[in-house]
Amino acid sequence: MDFTEEQIERYSRHLILQDVGIEGQQKIMEGKVLIVGAGGLGSPVAMYLAAAGVGTIGLIDGDVVDRTNLQRQIIHFTGDLNRPKVESAKEKIHAVNPEIKVNIYRELFSPDNAFDIMADYDFIVDGTDNFPTKFMVNDACVMAKKPFSHGGILRFEGQTMTYIPGHACYRCLFGSPPPPNAVPSCSQAGVLGSIAGMLGTIQATEVLKFLVDKGDLLTDRMLIFDALKMSFREVRFQPSPGCNICGDHPTIRSLQMEEMPACDLNQK
Amino acid sequence: MEIKLNGKQENIENNTNVADLLKQKGIQNVEMVTVQLNGTFVNKEDLSNKTITENDEIDFLYFMGGGSKSTVRQKRCYHQ
Ligand SMILES: [Zn+2]
Repeated sequence: MDFTEEQIERYSRHLILQDVGIEGQQKIMEGKVLIVGAGGLGSPVAMYLAAAGVGTIGLIDGDVVDRTNLQRQIIHFTGDLNRPKVESAKEKIHAVNPEIKVNIYRELFSPDNAFDIMADYDFIVDGTDNFPTKFMVNDACVMAKKPFSHGGILRFEGQTMTYIPGHACYRCLFGSPPPPNAVPSCSQAGVLGSIAGMLGTIQATEVLKFLVDKGDLLTDRMLIFDALKMSFREVRFQPSPGCNICGDHPTIRSLQMEEMPACDLNQK
Repeated sequence: MEIKLNGKQENIENNTNVADLLKQKGIQNVEMVTVQLNGTFVNKEDLSNKTITENDEIDFLYFMGGGSKSTVRQKRCYHQ
C-alpha cells in the first residue's frame, strides 16, 4: 500500500512513532472493527479509531439520539436529537476522516444477526450497557474466535478487559448475568460523563495495539479505576476451567440472550 | 490477621469466611459481585465455606454495565 501525500501528513505522528510506523499504519488502515453500541463508550472509540485511520468501522445500534445522551455520548451533537445514532455517528466519523469505510446497522445486536455481522470484522468492541447483551457479545466472540474489548462504567468507576481466543473470557469472571435490578444501570445510578471517555479511550488503545500487534493487551487481567480517588488497579486471573462457554466442558452450544435485560423505570 | 483485599493490606478477624467479609464490607447482594480468592474465582454457593487465612489475596469484581442503552429489548422489560 502506498501512502498519498495527504495520508503521510494526516498520519505523520503515527508514522514517526516507533512501534507503529509505516507498517503499523498500514495494519491500522487494513483493520476492520465492529463497535456494538454507539453510546457513551462507542463514541470515543469510534472517534479515535476514525482519526487513527482504521479502514473499516462497523457500528450497530438501533436507537435514536436522546437529550440525556449528550452529557457523555460525544459523537452526537445537540442538532442530532432524534436522529438514528448510527447515522449521526457515521457523519462525524466522515467529518474527522473521509477515508474510513463505515458500515452501519440500525438494529439490535442479537443472536439472529451476531455471527453474520461479526464475520466481516477482526475485532469487536463491546459498548453496550446491559448484561444479557454483554454476555451474548462474549459468547459470540468466544464461539467465532474473535477478539473483543469489554468495557463497563458506573458512577465514577470503570472496568475493562480484552478477550483474545485462548485467554480468559468475560464469563470466566462473572459466570452469568446478574438478576434484573441486582446491579444498577447508569440511568438508575448515574455516571460522570468523562468516565465514558476515560474507559472508551482505553478500549480504543487496545484496538490499535491489537491491530499493530504491539505491547501487552489487557488479557487475563482487568483494569479497574475509581475516578473519585483517581486510582487504577489491575486484577489478574486465569481462564476458568468451569467456564460455561470456554471451559473444559462448555454447556452453551448456541447463542442466546440470557435472562431479562437490565431495565428500569425511566427508560430514558 | 492480615489479608490483601482489592490490592490493599487489611486487618480482619480470624475465622472469617468470604460471605462474612462481603457482609462486613457492606455488600448485601452477592449477585452484584464476583470474588477471586488467591487467583481462583469462588462459586456463589461456596462463599460461606471458604474460610480466609492469613495473607490471602481477595478481590471483589463488580458487574459494570454502562455504554449504550440501545441494545436493550425494551418491549421485553417489565418493572414495578
Ligand atoms: Zn470463559
